Amino acid sequence: MTATIRLQREAFDTGAEVAMMTRGRTDIGAVVTFTGICRADEKGEAIAALTLEHYPGMAEAEIARHVDEARARWPLLGVTVVHRHGRIAPGEDIVLVIAASSHRQAAFAAAEFLMDYLKTRAPFWKQVETVSGKIWVEAKSADDAAAERWSAPKPRREAAK
Amino acid sequence: MKLRYFAWVRERIGVAEEDVDPPAAIATVGELVAWLADKGDGYAYAFENPKVIRAAIDRSHVRADARIEGAGEIAFFPPMTGG
Repeated sequence: MTATIRLQREAFDTGAEVAMMTRGRTDIGAVVTFTGICRADEKGEAIAALTLEHYPGMAEAEIARHVDEARARWPLLGVTVVHRHGRIAPGEDIVLVIAASSHRQAAFAAAEFLMDYLKTRAPFWKQVETVSGKIWVEAKSADDAAAERWSAPKPRREAAK
Repeated sequence: MKLRYFAWVRERIGVAEEDVDPPAAIATVGELVAWLADKGDGYAYAFENPKVIRAAIDRSHVRADARIEGAGEIAFFPPMTGG
């Protein structure tokens, strides 16, 4: 399986990333992409932009650990994770997860699994710029719950729903 | 040992990283947090609610009861909000 993990300031091109993963391959039957996009509001307040801080070194290592975990759970043929850092304006992409497999179930499940863990375990922090100043985004308990369900003692197919 | 701080923990303390030499009696991450909180107002503010503070030793997540002996780099930060 090919795995690509990149942290970068620059914007990414989802189509180009998918093409890079699938070019020349005939074993991949399903590609799921998730793109996280910067909204223009945080808790109902307008924002001018957000800035993502990260822990260099640990962020890559933590994402790699979860990619390995996804590979152990599902028969994946390719995974790409691209996470931006620095200042990002509303409408711009923040994060990209691509999961490829022979069939859709594994690709859907792995993409969701990776996003749930990126939200709660990858060392990134969002700060938003509002009219009242810069505010650190608070972690959401719903994100913790989303990640937690993958570690619940359920059969694999149940967890994949 | 080297300490690194991120997001509002970094802002409240006022530095992104520093070298510290805690007393030998400080054995765990939780004890290190308590010791740091006594270092000054910024530290006290950063660590006022230890339950929300997350920690990593040598770039892996650890809990408050993790032992710090042999650690090269310990990081403290708020709950993560990436993705």
